[in-house]
Amino acid sequence: MTESSTGVAAPLTKAPAADPPPSRGRSTSPLAALTGSGVGRNLGLVVALLILCGVGAATAGERFADLDNALTILRLAAAVGVVSIGMTFVITGGGIDLSVGAILALSSVWCTTVATQTMANDVHWVTMVIAAVAVGAGCGLVNGVLIAYGGVVPFIATLAMLASARGLAEILSNRRTQIVDVPGFDAFFGAEVLGVEVPVLLFVLVAIIGWVLLNRTTFGRRTVAVGGNPEAARLAGINVKRHTLMLYVLLGVCCGIAALMLIARTSTGSSTHGMLYELDAIAAVVIGGTLLAGGRGTIVGTVLGVLIFTTLTNVFTLNNRSISEQALLKGAIIVVAVLLQQRFARRSDSS
Amino acid sequence: MRTTTALRGRLAVAATAGLLVVGLAACTGNDTSSGNDNLRGGTDGAAEGSNDEEGDTVVIGFSAPAADHGWMASITESAQVVADSYGDVELRIAEGTNEVNLQISQVETFINDGVDAIVLLPFDGAALTPIALEAMEAGIPVINVDREFNDPNAARVTILGDNYGMGVSAGQYICSELEGRADAVVAEIAGIDSLPLTQDRSEGFAEALAECGLEVSNRVAADFTVEGGERAASNLLQAAPEIDAIWNHDDDQGVGVLAAIENAGRDEFFLVGGAGSANAMRSIQAGDGVLRATVVYPSTQAADAIRVARLLAQDKAMADLVEVEVPRQIQLFAPVVTADNVELYLDTAFES
Repeated sequence: MTESSTGVAAPLTKAPAADPPPSRGRSTSPLAALTGSGVGRNLGLVVALLILCGVGAATAGERFADLDNALTILRLAAAVGVVSIGMTFVITGGGIDLSVGAILALSSVWCTTVATQTMANDVHWVTMVIAAVAVGAGCGLVNGVLIAYGGVVPFIATLAMLASARGLAEILSNRRTQIVDVPGFDAFFGAEVLGVEVPVLLFVLVAIIGWVLLNRTTFGRRTVAVGGNPEAARLAGINVKRHTLMLYVLLGVCCGIAALMLIARTSTGSSTHGMLYELDAIAAVVIGGTLLAGGRGTIVGTVLGVLIFTTLTNVFTLNNRSISEQALLKGAIIVVAVLLQQRFARRSDSS
Repeated sequence: MRTTTALRGRLAVAATAGLLVVGLAACTGNDTSSGNDNLRGGTDGAAEGSNDEEGDTVVIGFSAPAADHGWMASITESAQVVADSYGDVELRIAEGTNEVNLQISQVETFINDGVDAIVLLPFDGAALTPIALEAMEAGIPVINVDREFNDPNAARVTILGDNYGMGVSAGQYICSELEGRADAVVAEIAGIDSLPLTQDRSEGFAEALAECGLEVSNRVAADFTVEGGERAASNLLQAAPEIDAIWNHDDDQGVGVLAAIENAGRDEFFLVGGAGSANAMRSIQAGDGVLRATVVYPSTQAADAIRVARLLAQDKAMADLVEVEVPRQIQLFAPVVTADNVELYLDTAFES
């Protein structure tokens, strides 16, 4: 997994993949990834976010620059944020997962069925948490087995999961919204620590764990290696198949956690939860600076990417902008954010 | 206590009547007829006068699902038209979204802003209930439109169409048209099956048909879009070679349904629409196709909600009622529109 895990990346992407990896080759140490060019890359995002906050403060004044509003943004970001952190691992490992929204929906439905809720009330509300995470992990396992051992292209395998998981969710729920009535569950997720709700804290916790996992552990280093050059990783003694499998399970677990957050927020489980989360998550990850071809990933970038998206939505809502205008501007800002980020990346690479 | 309420009620009536006379004589500062003439109250005399007089400025937060079909687009548009017609209403419209997570965050923003009232057409009534409760607890009246919350405390006023009644109206019309034909084949093209409103419509339809000994032989579900309607209808026509009547829940998807019928070259049946779009009504008026009637589901519900929100925030009552307060629930009627009465409804219909 050492030096030359570079040029061959993947035949899919040309320019961006061929450009940065040489610098990645030398930084097999995750420390360098954080201290060196990582900061440069994130700087673009921070600038974009700051500009956005500036616009928000200028147009909406204290309605934007307000603690309540900051919490509103974080609450909105929490579920998709957790999914995006899981997605960062899969994409860094050279994969993609289109089924996250569907897995989230299935988890939310499965853990709010009458049977699960009865059990949660009789035994302990943690049953629901176990159910959601287990369903997520199970879907991730199916994805992972198909991709790693079945040789199915990630795009296709997860596309199939996208269709079937939501279908199964619809069958289980009979296409109805399932209302949650488990006091313990509500009490836990509705609780606040220093004015911050549990889902937001969970998001922060998942982000920290994700960062440590990617930057400070063998698991993280292997993920980067597998994504950069699977063949070299295999020669270096990494069990590429098993590692790929684990990445999808990890993302499935993240979907389960996000499902719990959404259940707590809406007090319902529904087959319509998590619509288009796959696109939001992939966009946030790519904006964050993770290479779509794999071999480079950044949790800090992903978190910033998610925050940019949600802050954008918030600023639009505050300013009462029309729907079509918002869509147009969103697209433009995505492009600007990526361009900024690339520019900073190049500058810090050459220095 | 009771006497004071009664006295207040009588005073309100007297005041209303008095102002009504004043309002009829002198014009109010607010020109409600600007924009869409059809969005004024039912009886012009009562609508003008006291209640339309300009009061304190009211900030209303508005959130609805994505305008991905004509009916839903008309919801936001007509709300905007009504808000614009009042000089004392500031409407904040949040981005239309089909994602409950985002819609919740929009309501949170309204709460942070301390708006005077929130008009909410939730993507999923149950999912938006907790945040609506929060708004109510924060002292902001929530006006729930179309898709109901699952807790009555989550809304001050609920304005909704009559989904069950729509099904009943459609069923009764088909019964009367197919009178005496016990073997008739009736088909149904539903909207989004997961929504309680679709389930209510289907229930009403089945029960009305049962009254005259008919039943739904073939049922398919679409998704309120033209594309979905086309897909569902072409499957249905393939599955049932001989049909006598079809009820299609929604005129937006009806554009696709009609396209599929055209493509299949079928005309042995008649079609009843739903929701009441302008182009469906024009087609009924022309009488040249299979579409013979449609059942109205008013797309002006949110416009009504804006008016009600303004009344609530300004501590006013409804001019046509004796009550001191705005009522808790307003349910709209679902009439059948045929060639005979289409002119009455064409003006308030939405374009799909």
